[in-house]
Amino acid sequence: MTAAVIVDHVSKRYRLYHERNQSLKASLLRGRRARYEDFMALDDVSFEIKEGTTFGLIGENGSGKSTMLKCMARILRPDGGSITTRGKVSALLELGAGFHPELSGRENVYLNGAILGLSRREIDALFDEIVDFSGIEQFIDAPVKNYSSGMYVRLGFAVAINVDPAVLLIDEVLAVGDQEFQNKCTDKINQFRSEGRTIVVVSHSLSSVGDLCDEAALIEHGHLVKVGPAAETIDHYLSEILSVDPATLGIARRSTGEIKLQGVELLSINGGAPDVVELGETVTFRFHYDVKESVESPVFGMSLTSSEGTLVTGTNSKEQGLSTKVSPGRGYVDLVVPRLLVAKGRYHVTGTIYDSTQKTPIHEVGNLHTFEVVEGALRTSGITSLGGVWRAGA
Amino acid sequence: MNQLREYYERRELLSNLVLRELRSRYKRSALGWTWSLLNPLSSVLIYWVVFGVFLKVKAPIGDPSGQGNFVLFLLCALIPWNFFSNGVTQSIESLVVNAGLIRKVYFPRELLVASTIGGLLVTFLIELGVVITVLLIAGNMVLPWLPIVVLLVILQTLLVLGIGLLLSGANVYFRDVRHFVNLLMPMLFYSTPVVYPISYVPVNWQVAGRSIPLRSIYEMNPLVQLVSAYRALLYDLTFPSIGSLAYIAVWSIGLVLVGQFVFNRLDHRLAEEV
Repeated sequence: MTAAVIVDHVSKRYRLYHERNQSLKASLLRGRRARYEDFMALDDVSFEIKEGTTFGLIGENGSGKSTMLKCMARILRPDGGSITTRGKVSALLELGAGFHPELSGRENVYLNGAILGLSRREIDALFDEIVDFSGIEQFIDAPVKNYSSGMYVRLGFAVAINVDPAVLLIDEVLAVGDQEFQNKCTDKINQFRSEGRTIVVVSHSLSSVGDLCDEAALIEHGHLVKVGPAAETIDHYLSEILSVDPATLGIARRSTGEIKLQGVELLSINGGAPDVVELGETVTFRFHYDVKESVESPVFGMSLTSSEGTLVTGTNSKEQGLSTKVSPGRGYVDLVVPRLLVAKGRYHVTGTIYDSTQKTPIHEVGNLHTFEVVEGALRTSGITSLGGVWRAGA
Repeated sequence: MNQLREYYERRELLSNLVLRELRSRYKRSALGWTWSLLNPLSSVLIYWVVFGVFLKVKAPIGDPSGQGNFVLFLLCALIPWNFFSNGVTQSIESLVVNAGLIRKVYFPRELLVASTIGGLLVTFLIELGVVITVLLIAGNMVLPWLPIVVLLVILQTLLVLGIGLLLSGANVYFRDVRHFVNLLMPMLFYSTPVVYPISYVPVNWQVAGRSIPLRSIYEMNPLVQLVSAYRALLYDLTFPSIGSLAYIAVWSIGLVLVGQFVFNRLDHRLAEEV
């Protein structure tokens, strides 16, 4: 496989100014420019990113991973070494960076598209798609300074994602917008992956790197510590740098590859709108999995998190003594909930598959699915319902 | 050569950035584009009253046009001067003003300098169109000279671009550059024959018993040659000397080359320093 990005002995030095004095007088008086110390943000880093893969850059704050991304985007130029990229590169660093506040959304789409390397004709062809994706048709002719920050970011994302890049660079910008827009972004990125484009992600969230990436590089104090399969790099980061045992840590979303969770389906008896459940309704959570190698009695686990991030409940198949051997191929397990008694709101499902010892997660996916609970005949306040029935005394 | 190709490849972006300049310049102002004509009009009025009426500067009679109107004499030089002055001061600021863009997106940064000048070039051409109309009404048949005026405009644009490239990068590192240029600009204005004819400059200047060839030194300024060439074409209706056109061309092309070279050197750390 050919490499989409080749990082070859890249070094980047920053100047840390002791006295930042941007005046000629100060420089002349001191006889030289402001005093500064060199700081190596990247020191002789080399790796390759294969075409069509999703690649993660991880490391602590100030480790140099964002500098790396900016070098790939050509915003910064390395002091040593070189970076070679194949095909058009689009960077999602700050969405809507090129917007001019006084100009309308329409004018800004053309301007931003041109900055990202599109011709007028290409933008003409993409324009409807961009506006449609951003979901702000009504305001497209209003000046962007009147946009809410959400609208601003949505339009910026819509332009950047539609420039048809071969290599997409993402710097933790996806945590923006409402849930619906985030889902749209995730879908678009998944589409990119399935189309065989190369994606490079910088993230603090090990779970999203673990979910998204095929390979990852760990950068620490400007040095490349490890590069390889994402799960291995994350484990290395956790154990060597954060000094925690990955197996004991909930966030170690990892996959050893034998079995993979594919998704959750919500089956309700009333069969209303998908992913909308009425309080007190009977629902079945169906976990679909794909098995590569047989696993002896794996343990399936699930937990519910509210939209505020509170863990609501968790359960696993071992508690109820379910023991099955899974053989290669696709299959599913059901969790049947006779009465769903969590208060109205949005909930995220995390799915986990452990080996029989329940120590090592084989595969764990946070935010595997999202659904909504609405009130119907049964109503409640607080976070849960007792499902009880009031009766008058004798 | 590479630079030329890059300019060409990103010409769409250049035109978009120029459009951005033009569209945003007079947004939210009631008079809008009228301002771009009101500004030169007011300076013409001031210079005419002060130099033409109070100080009684006499416009030389154009040869062969026979024109002697001070306002027309002024316009033919003032409009190109304004393009030079605005072009230099605004292009120097172009990188600092667009810092947000430089830090977040990659594109050839020269385009910011070029687009600032491009926006002003459009205004200049409109003003020049107005001046030419006025000259035609006043009986100056300038139309045959227009191809050479166009050549002059191209040379002047290169001159401004060269200075812009040379100083905009430097201004990112030393913000004094802008102030320094603001200080220099009025000096340049008065050492260029805009509000007075070149004949007012003594050929020799007697200082402490010595004779200094003032006029020759004065004429070394490429702006003197530039303004004189515009005036020869539009006011006098005559061909400026080949020598002076070549002199302007050497300065323009030389400054673009030097400017681009310096810009490339400074471009390296631009995203960090801006």
